[in-house]
Amino acid sequence: MSIQDYPSRVSDPKSRKAETFSYLPTMDAEQVKAQVQYIIDQGWNPAIEHSEPERAFDYFWYMWKLPMFGETSADAVLAEVDLCIKANPNNHVRLIGYDNFSQSQGANMLIKRGDM
Amino acid sequence: MAKTYNAGVKEYRETYWMPDYEPKDSDFLACFKLIPQDGVPREELAAAVAAESSTGTWTTVWTDLLTDLDYYKGRAYRIEDVPGDDTCFYAFIAYPIDLFEEGSVVSVMTSLVGNVFGFKALRACRLEDVRFPLAYVMTCGGPPNGIQVERDKMDKYGRPMLGCTIKPKLGLSAKNYGRAVYECLRGGLDFTKDDENVTSQPFMRWRDRFSFCQDAINKAEAETGERKGHYLNVTAGTPEEMYERAEYAKEIGAPIIMHDYLTGGFTANTGLANYCRKNGLLLHIHRAMHGVIDRNPHHGIHFRVLTKALRLSGGDHLHSGTVVGKLEGDREATLGWIDIMRDSFIPEDRSRGIMFDQDFGAMPGVIPVASGGIHVWHMPALVSIFGDDSVLQFGGGTLGHPWGNAAGAAANRVALEACVQARNEGKEIEKVGKEILTNAAKDSPELKIAMETWKEIKFEFDTVDKLDVKHK
Repeated sequence: MSIQDYPSRVSDPKSRKAETFSYLPTMDAEQVKAQVQYIIDQGWNPAIEHSEPERAFDYFWYMWKLPMFGETSADAVLAEVDLCIKANPNNHVRLIGYDNFSQSQGANMLIKRGDM
Repeated sequence: MAKTYNAGVKEYRETYWMPDYEPKDSDFLACFKLIPQDGVPREELAAAVAAESSTGTWTTVWTDLLTDLDYYKGRAYRIEDVPGDDTCFYAFIAYPIDLFEEGSVVSVMTSLVGNVFGFKALRACRLEDVRFPLAYVMTCGGPPNGIQVERDKMDKYGRPMLGCTIKPKLGLSAKNYGRAVYECLRGGLDFTKDDENVTSQPFMRWRDRFSFCQDAINKAEAETGERKGHYLNVTAGTPEEMYERAEYAKEIGAPIIMHDYLTGGFTANTGLANYCRKNGLLLHIHRAMHGVIDRNPHHGIHFRVLTKALRLSGGDHLHSGTVVGKLEGDREATLGWIDIMRDSFIPEDRSRGIMFDQDFGAMPGVIPVASGGIHVWHMPALVSIFGDDSVLQFGGGTLGHPWGNAAGAAANRVALEACVQARNEGKEIEKVGKEILTNAAKDSPELKIAMETWKEIKFEFDTVDKLDVKHK
């Protein structure tokens, strides 16, 4: 196979990645649901955050309501994701799994890319 | 009644062999693996090691009677056979906490692995494990940041981090070196690393390297929108020189610096860890010289002890071996010292060579770094062995990609994320690893060609330092 150029440019906003899973193709609904289920199965607390794409590098994004403490339904979590996307149609939306024992985030993945 | 002074030589076991002693929670406990010279009884040798590593010398001295020697002495309290090896035995020794200066692993090492290792009655001696009492652990600084703080600072969650050591390890100019760093980071790695041999040679002085690497980080961050770092090696000939380099790294905004803790020494390492804690820098620890100390199963210091000493001295990353790559490392033993790096409490587990419970209390954890001869095909095994709290470093496995570093980095990142995704979906990734990677390569030409390049490379040699189990 001939040598290929690596297509990434500072001038192209589409070159911005978004951490875990952002090097994979966009997940379909079933794959996203499996990741939500993983967060629930670990006993973590699901949470949703969103941000203007141009401010995605900031540590703090906007919280979409409070984290869903004790939520065990993947469908309920995904319904909140939809509400967040509808209310913030141009924003990045990410799903977090708060691990309160390690005091960290066990999971953090971009679910929907905003317009760039 | 006071004791009388009798000059002369007593058998060690009269004073230091105490099979009925019950170790206290505040005691240091050590397990030595000993090979005696012919004719030396086990109890006498264990007692001699207890004496020589604590209060004793070869003869009675009158000043012994000016102190409470029975309190301060080390106590050999147990002897065990070594499974699968009749040439040696385990001696368990307890030491009162007062024997060691607070916050100084140097003080501990000087006693436990000091003169005793040259003792003539011993043919060979290995320090297998040490239980540091929690009361002592709390006097040590420990990792400057810890796993959670590093994740927050670097904004990396839910997966192992990815790194790469820049090669060739010697001879590049600072700007060409920075180029290699930039290409790796823009392709999707989180960190790049100075090779341990890189300090400040005539072909590349440290200040130039630091400047160009930081420029590479800044551009890669702007380009990818992700946080990046390069372990800037500050290991130098003097502590003063190390601090000067660390100071400059901080000044230009570098997130992480690096030290070689065995060649640099524990004192230098603890000082640098304190500097990092005070100045908000992450600290990567390399372990050059460990193979000299820890690889011989009969003589030296086991790596699990060196791991505990580093966690107490301070470091946020520590090289752990890969199990699957080019460097030595038994799987169960490696899992043992990975737990010692990361967990708060590590129970005794002989199947992993862990001889004592170890409580680190609130001390932060160290992130294990798997580095050396690994490539994309190893990814499923690495994710499974190391879990999320680790750094997986692909040197040749990034830089050796036919299309260059950025493509090599992207291949590794895609492989990593595909394995994490599959693991989260409940798949047994070590079993279906090939399928996961092949599937991921459909959308990643970089991964596809990486898989073709390294298909046949394996490092299947027998481990030299096996765990002590019946393998005869």
